[in-house]
Amino acid sequence: AANGVVIATEKKLPSILVDETSVQKIQSLTPNIGVVYSGMGPDFRVLVRKSRKQAQQYYRLYKETIPVTQLVRETAAVMQEFTQSGGVRPFGVSLLIAGYDDNGPQLYQVDPSGSYFSWKASAMGKNVSNAKTFLEKRYTEDMELDDAIHTAILTLKEGYEGQISANNIEIGVIRADREFKVLTPSEIKDFLEEVE
Amino acid sequence: PQIFEYNGSAVVAMVGKNCFAIASDRRLGVQLQTVATDFQRVFKIHGKLYIGLSGLATDAQTLYQRLAFKHKLYQLREERDMKPETFASLVSALLYEKRFGPYFCQPIIAGLGEKDQPFICTMDCIGAKELAKDFVVSGTASESLYGACESMYKPDMEPEELFETISQALLSSVDRDCLSGWGGYVLIV
Repeated sequence: AANGVVIATEKKLPSILVDETSVQKIQSLTPNIGVVYSGMGPDFRVLVRKSRKQAQQYYRLYKETIPVTQLVRETAAVMQEFTQSGGVRPFGVSLLIAGYDDNGPQLYQVDPSGSYFSWKASAMGKNVSNAKTFLEKRYTEDMELDDAIHTAILTLKEGYEGQISANNIEIGVIRADREFKVLTPSEIKDFLEEVE
Repeated sequence: PQIFEYNGSAVVAMVGKNCFAIASDRRLGVQLQTVATDFQRVFKIHGKLYIGLSGLATDAQTLYQRLAFKHKLYQLREERDMKPETFASLVSALLYEKRFGPYFCQPIIAGLGEKDQPFICTMDCIGAKELAKDFVVSGTASESLYGACESMYKPDMEPEELFETISQALLSSVDRDCLSGWGGYVLIV
């Protein structure tokens, strides 16, 4: 959006007995950068750990929070290493990294190959082609963050089998205050009601 | 022999109105003998950031080379110049890495930050930062420099006046110190 970034994902649980609050697909890397993935959960956890450590190392050296581009670059470098070293396999995840720094709101996609792209709006995973067509029609550069959240929910809804509810999607936002927040189920519920 | 007094040095930096001045002496000695009268102690990192290194001359040169290296990589990666505050943190981290076998230098960092606000700071040889709003001094003549600066300094001086003040402070202090002198080098930004 013009004044922030929103990332959203569906939370498909293997069975209704699983406690959905223990599964967190959207995580923060630094107070002003968040990430969501599509792919293998365990691979994601490893990458999140490494990225957080790199962000902290940068802070220790420069006493400045890491810019989004630098963190994306370093995370992508890690993913690339695993495509070229011996005895390891590439990470089975694609990441969407969202951050707000001195260069404004930014959104990056990182693939298992280690290549990264900056996007104004993007989708990955199941139903990616429909989702992207939907976004191409709906996205405008100067949309407000709340509109962007609506659009994100609508995009998810397009490909969702079954009923969307506040408990089976996750939304993360960064506004101009530069703090990455994962929305609580009750906040998601408010947005869902506006969409209906 | 004292290691900080081996080569002799005097460096001072002062803050003015949207400008700063950094000055150093030009003598390079080996204890009591003068070996050079044109030795450079103030180095440029980028157009708005300078570092002056007093103390052991060989460490000053090596430290400058390492810092220039790190800054060039930073410029290539981040496509921008380093802010003075960030640079100060970098120097501090670099010096503390050698905590138990330090560089025998006392850096003075002077630069223009965002919106051309002047920034100066100094640190000891293992990286303890000391920010100041008016002036910072280091080197063998530091005690005389403290006295001279304290009495001659006024806040918000224009560049021309700042030049006069810092030159007078430097020259009168090094005249009282046998290990530094032989002229001065003043830079105003």
